[in-house]
Amino acid sequence: MTKSTVKKANKKAVLELKDVSKIYDLGDEKLTILKNISVTINSGELVAIVGPSGSGKSTLMHIMGLLDKQTSGQVILDGNDVSGLSEEALAKMRNQYIGFIFQQFNLLARTTAVENVLLPTLYSTDLTDKTARAKELLTTLGLGERLNNKPNQLSGGQQQRVAIARSLINNPSVIFADEPTGNLDSKSGHEVVEILKKLNAEGRTIVIVTHDLELAKIAHRVIKILDGEIVSDSRKS
Amino acid sequence: MKITILAKTAFISITRNKLRSFLTTLGVVIGVLSVILLTSIGNGLTVFVEQQFANLGSNLLIVSPGEIVGEDGGFNQEAAALSLSTSKLSIIDANALERSGYPLGDVSVVIEGGVDVRTEQGKRQGFSVATTPEYSTLRNTKTTKGRFFNEADVSSSRKVAVIGSKIADKLFVGVEPVGQEVTLNRVRFEVVGVAEPKSSGSFGGPDIDSSVYIPYTTARSALGHEKISYILVQAMDKSQIERAKEKIKTIMDKRLNEEDFSVTDQREILKTIQTILGTLTMGLAGIAAISLVVGGIGIMNIMLVAVSERTQEIGLRKALGATPKSILIQFLIESAVLSTLGGVIGIVLGILGAFALRAFFPATPALNSILLAFGVSLLTGIVFGVFPARKAASLNPIEALRYE
Repeated sequence: MTKSTVKKANKKAVLELKDVSKIYDLGDEKLTILKNISVTINSGELVAIVGPSGSGKSTLMHIMGLLDKQTSGQVILDGNDVSGLSEEALAKMRNQYIGFIFQQFNLLARTTAVENVLLPTLYSTDLTDKTARAKELLTTLGLGERLNNKPNQLSGGQQQRVAIARSLINNPSVIFADEPTGNLDSKSGHEVVEILKKLNAEGRTIVIVTHDLELAKIAHRVIKILDGEIVSDSRKS
Repeated sequence: MKITILAKTAFISITRNKLRSFLTTLGVVIGVLSVILLTSIGNGLTVFVEQQFANLGSNLLIVSPGEIVGEDGGFNQEAAALSLSTSKLSIIDANALERSGYPLGDVSVVIEGGVDVRTEQGKRQGFSVATTPEYSTLRNTKTTKGRFFNEADVSSSRKVAVIGSKIADKLFVGVEPVGQEVTLNRVRFEVVGVAEPKSSGSFGGPDIDSSVYIPYTTARSALGHEKISYILVQAMDKSQIERAKEKIKTIMDKRLNEEDFSVTDQREILKTIQTILGTLTMGLAGIAAISLVVGGIGIMNIMLVAVSERTQEIGLRKALGATPKSILIQFLIESAVLSTLGGVIGIVLGILGAFALRAFFPATPALNSILLAFGVSLLTGIVFGVFPARKAASLNPIEALRYE
């Protein structure tokens, strides 16, 4: 097992997991999903977390994305220990620091692209109007002509690009992409991959969760999970 | 979190399922509609009764035979029925009141009875009011044609009659009634006048417009109506009513036993009627309010459906940073908007309904019941929205995102 203990001096840790375990107490027996995971995601990294279904990679992503709570261990986001925070506080942290891209796009139906992109700002403490930024993001992603289209008027690739714009609107510290190409044809999937690469090149920290090893190849660092443990953590040189 | 955007979200989801939203609000619509209609009818009746009392003359005191009005101010119906046939009131009592030296207004005796009213054109059940000329001013009974009977008619027991407007309309079609003959219980009378119409409807006791006014002396000699139904006494003005009442009691006490008469003023009767109508209106409105509760349950039901339909959306919102509180508020706004929408539709229909009812019934929508209905419908939405909204707020974002 290769531990990611090597830190480059110029790279700041965005997200740190220390000895994180997730155990479900089923009464008679205890079901261990994650076993003593320690991992650090540095600023500017493009990381792929891979593993077969049931390996615990989704749970790991949920804990990293503050959607789920670990049974033991610490989660440190941007230097803040979030382990003991309330649901309310976690929601605010997610809003401010984390962007999500889902396999199913998860856009609101009957809601325009711009409004979908603006959804996270609805729950933000920052009350400035981000409409111009939303339009700009969509335009950069090639949807300048589709600002007021609703999801049912957009192709899958276009919908996922709206979702990417949505993940960027609050300028998060880290973006989680859960099987971002899983619901797309190869051409659209390729486009999304190119966008993710470009965002990373601009300095965004991105964590892709996938069982698709082809997709994982774009990452500079691949963390393999099996049975709740990190079995390898390798970087491209 | 921005309330206006949450409100907009609520409107979008309500308009998404127009038929369903309409059917959901129907319960509240019907509840509010019935509350407003029933209170309008109650209010209208009260106003109607007040008008009728004003029409019947002001500052009037009524000396009735027996204990018609109980100690508590309510009508003693049994005693009233019994006392009319055994009335010990007499014209001498009326004279005594007139000559008491106490400053009272006009005094008039009244003998009431049912009569068959007949003309060449037909027959009609009427109501004879046998009295003195003062009755005309006391009861505010004006004539539109001819004249009211006078002292001379009374002293010589002339067979003259002033007929109510309805009698004139029904039994003297196309004929000028004044100067014609009318037969009351087979006795011929000459019509000398037609009374002004008083009732706007046919509510509240005898139909005044089917009355026939005749001299009391004639009623006794020609119709055999002997017993005096009541004596009307006018107080000099409103402030004198209480004192006049006491004075009349003192005078009558010397003449009759305590249980053989009672003195009431119209305000007491009016107050009693108002109390009865008020209680009745409240009771009816209360029953109608039950349908608001039923409407609220309908809203709760549909909100629970909406929460499970939109589990994924709730999960997404939570993942993107919605706190449980903002989800709670979103769904509360939605149910409040639904029920308030129903409330507003109900209020509009209620007011329209009340005005439509006016053709038959004196219905008056009251502002306070409208405001109350609005408030209650808003409250219904919030109260019945709490359970579904809490359910939405407590959803686990991961489970909710996975939900298909």
